[in-house]
Amino acid sequence: MTAIIALSLFGISNLFLGFWFPRKTIQLVTLLFLVVSMALTVSDWNHELLWFGNMFRTTNTSINFSLIIQLAAFFVVAFSKAFGQDDEHTHPAEYYAIMLFSVVGAILMVSFDHMIVLFVGLEILSVAMYVLTGSDKRNLRSNEAAIKYFLMGSFTTGILLFGITLVYGATRSFYISNIGTILTSTAPESMPTFLFIGVLLIIVGLLFKVSAAPFHFWTPDVYEGAPTIFTMFMSTIVKTASFAALFHLVSGIFGSLYTVWVLPVYFISMLTLVVGNISAVYQQSVKRMLAFSSISHAGYLLLTVSSKQISTTSSILYYSLSYTLATVVAFAVLILVSEYQSARVEKPENFSSFEGLAKNNPGLALCFSISMLSLAGIPLTAGFWGKFFIFSDTFSRNIIYPVILAILMSAVGIYYYFKGIIAVYLKAGEIEKIEVPALFKVALWACTLGTIILGVYPSIVKSVF
Amino acid sequence: MSLLFILFFPLVIGAILLVAKPKQAFIISLAASIIELVATILVLKDAAATENGLVFTKPWIEEAGISFSLWVDGVNGILIGLCALMVPFIVATTANSDKANNTQYQGLMLAMQTALMGAFLAKDAFLFYFFFEASLLPIYFLAAIYGGENKNVITFKFFVYTLFGSLFLLIGLIYVYLATPGSHSSDIETLYQTATMLPEHIQGNLFLAFFIAFAIKMPIFPFHTWQPDTYTVAPTQATMLLSGIMLKMGTYGLIRLVLPMFPLGIITWGNTAIILSVIGIIYGSIIAIQQKDAKRLLAYSSFAHVGLMSAGILSQSVEGIQGALYQMLSHGINIVGLFFIIEIIERRTKSREIAQLGGITQFSYVLTVAFVILSLGSVALPLTNGFIGEFLLLKSVFDHDMIIGIVAGITIILGAVYTLRLIQKTMFGNFSRITKDFEDLSAAEKWVLIPLCALVIIGGVHPTWILNFTEPGVQALVSILK
Repeated sequence: MTAIIALSLFGISNLFLGFWFPRKTIQLVTLLFLVVSMALTVSDWNHELLWFGNMFRTTNTSINFSLIIQLAAFFVVAFSKAFGQDDEHTHPAEYYAIMLFSVVGAILMVSFDHMIVLFVGLEILSVAMYVLTGSDKRNLRSNEAAIKYFLMGSFTTGILLFGITLVYGATRSFYISNIGTILTSTAPESMPTFLFIGVLLIIVGLLFKVSAAPFHFWTPDVYEGAPTIFTMFMSTIVKTASFAALFHLVSGIFGSLYTVWVLPVYFISMLTLVVGNISAVYQQSVKRMLAFSSISHAGYLLLTVSSKQISTTSSILYYSLSYTLATVVAFAVLILVSEYQSARVEKPENFSSFEGLAKNNPGLALCFSISMLSLAGIPLTAGFWGKFFIFSDTFSRNIIYPVILAILMSAVGIYYYFKGIIAVYLKAGEIEKIEVPALFKVALWACTLGTIILGVYPSIVKSVF
Repeated sequence: MSLLFILFFPLVIGAILLVAKPKQAFIISLAASIIELVATILVLKDAAATENGLVFTKPWIEEAGISFSLWVDGVNGILIGLCALMVPFIVATTANSDKANNTQYQGLMLAMQTALMGAFLAKDAFLFYFFFEASLLPIYFLAAIYGGENKNVITFKFFVYTLFGSLFLLIGLIYVYLATPGSHSSDIETLYQTATMLPEHIQGNLFLAFFIAFAIKMPIFPFHTWQPDTYTVAPTQATMLLSGIMLKMGTYGLIRLVLPMFPLGIITWGNTAIILSVIGIIYGSIIAIQQKDAKRLLAYSSFAHVGLMSAGILSQSVEGIQGALYQMLSHGINIVGLFFIIEIIERRTKSREIAQLGGITQFSYVLTVAFVILSLGSVALPLTNGFIGEFLLLKSVFDHDMIIGIVAGITIILGAVYTLRLIQKTMFGNFSRITKDFEDLSAAEKWVLIPLCALVIIGGVHPTWILNFTEPGVQALVSILK
């Protein structure tokens, strides 16, 4: 809990540091801040406590999710190179501060015990993301993305809020634990209909944030328009936090209303799998492909929700971690390559600009390929076990056809992830040696190594969660 | 420990080659594969001395009951032996070529050996699956980086096709695994007990899921469309790994997983599977007869041979399984030798077109003799290794169903037609424009071909020591079926 106070203070101090220090220093300081906040988060381990008038609860699960979020933020900060041209129009200190603030929002979303905290957390996270999406001020795409994201986002915030209100109307409480007791002790027949509508609206509000189909239409455009570093942030942190919130609600208090939401969620997860994977196949741009891939991963994660009980959060945590590690690397290499190609080709984010990367940059090519393999779920990488745990978890609850669909879709996934590998290794192209800053390199290899270690010895994480 | 050594030693050396890029890649790789062979022989000797074989177990994902367990018994002993035996030859075939000191190439080959060894050694079903899929990576990169014309499309099709197949295996495995009692276990022997208790229609569906995965890997008609293209386009060593060893993962999977797990499923679907296999034999042979490209011809012949193995295994008799195991070994030896001969011809003439070749016997007597011996092994002439396996396989299919047996028996005639045609058109007759300057074999090439020929004859004359080695394992397996 101290972590969120610390992070808020760190964020504010970051704003002031911007007066005196250059970007590089602030970057290092921000990394330090995140390490400190992670340590503070860990210090709550095994102390299940309520804070802020019982509105905020730290449990081991929430700590694990917070750690994944902060780890992702750590890597995003480590991968942040110069923002645009680094002139008077960019404000690095503010960007780092906003990132820290949004991490606070994300942590609130994974440890709420009160509906208002969920709402506030979501808003902190979202408003920060709207700003960061539009941070490339002179880029038309960035502005468009920010407006799109803001309009769609505020619309769904309304939906979420409406849902929360209806649930409050039916149960007269914002407290998760109270709502849970009331829902389990009341017979479904005697519950008002607007309660069910409220539950569905809350779920839809969160599904929008994880970009599940059919609420995914903003994703590709926003991901493409936003500066890549913030796309990385969005695709890992926003997703993990929203999923954690969704699981918290669904497994906790809405579990007894299983019959109300299970069919919609069931349907949405299958639709998300199909839409995400099939659309990704047709993308020419790596960034858009990763956007659709993030949609499809939402589909896999949703599979675990589509049943009465949620057996273990450990597979969800494992999946989030493996997805985060791989996605971060994919975007990081994309940043380097598109920056190198931006002066040379018209569309620097396309697969074609990756052609021949392996020749002079074997390290980058290897990292990129491993991240693609992990996202595709090939053995030896973390992604394989992530999918494996999800599938066997879902399977064990006798949900068979969605799993078969998911497995077929992961075969489709291989197609588009391998487009990246083929471009890197097998196509001829001229890419000179790309300069990689030391910190960037270390973070890149750390993530790649993490992917491999998790892939070879998954117990290492399974035993912690 | 010795099991861990033979599993990981090639990978370690392969990784060193890939990372450190030493100059003498060929020597290191060859030495490593020979050390691996010696170590494997010692392990097999140990395994033969014990009654139940060797087992190594360490927990891997404890919470899920998945363990890192390896074993050697009569059934997989043959395949481990085959894998360890063939890789030195395959490495040696790169001698003096541009690939000899290519660290990436040699490293990937050794990594591939670990993946193959892992699949054969695994005692845990998910460990088996892990290696089964992981083996695709090194072979994909070998074929895709060093392949011939149109390699990107063809190797990609190969990758997606086979991976798609193995996903069915994954579904099936997870299903059986979740049916295991208590907190679940994926040990193969536990899965045997669980799967055999499942009701008939479920066993039938699971049989199909497993069979499709293995049928794509082998391949069995009609899942073979990736195979001729991939074999043709891949560099020769990758083709050798694919046809000599990797294909046996499919047949091994049938013996190890399908037979003991789904006896009721085989009652429902076994005949269909056998008929598909036999169709593959005839179909592959007929297409092989019409091939213009020698490498493609061998690809189809491999397709035909594996059909007979699969049919023999599914007949569920001791002879069938024994024959299949023996035939896997012989086929591995023969096909590696034959692909090498085509590679030798291609290196000198830059062509694999059968019509353009001819008269090579006038320039290289040893090559002709080797070609004849290896081909006769492939045709299954008595006194060659192919005869033993094929005889046992045909007998088992014949005992299972006379008509299918008779149809399968045509393979001997058809096999002789395409193989002898290949020898005749390439080796004998008048020399052509491109074969007129054919150089005799180099010492390195002789060092590969002569031992292989010796193995063909030894295998044909003295099969008992291998059959005795496999028998206890096979008997144990068949006793589960009964």
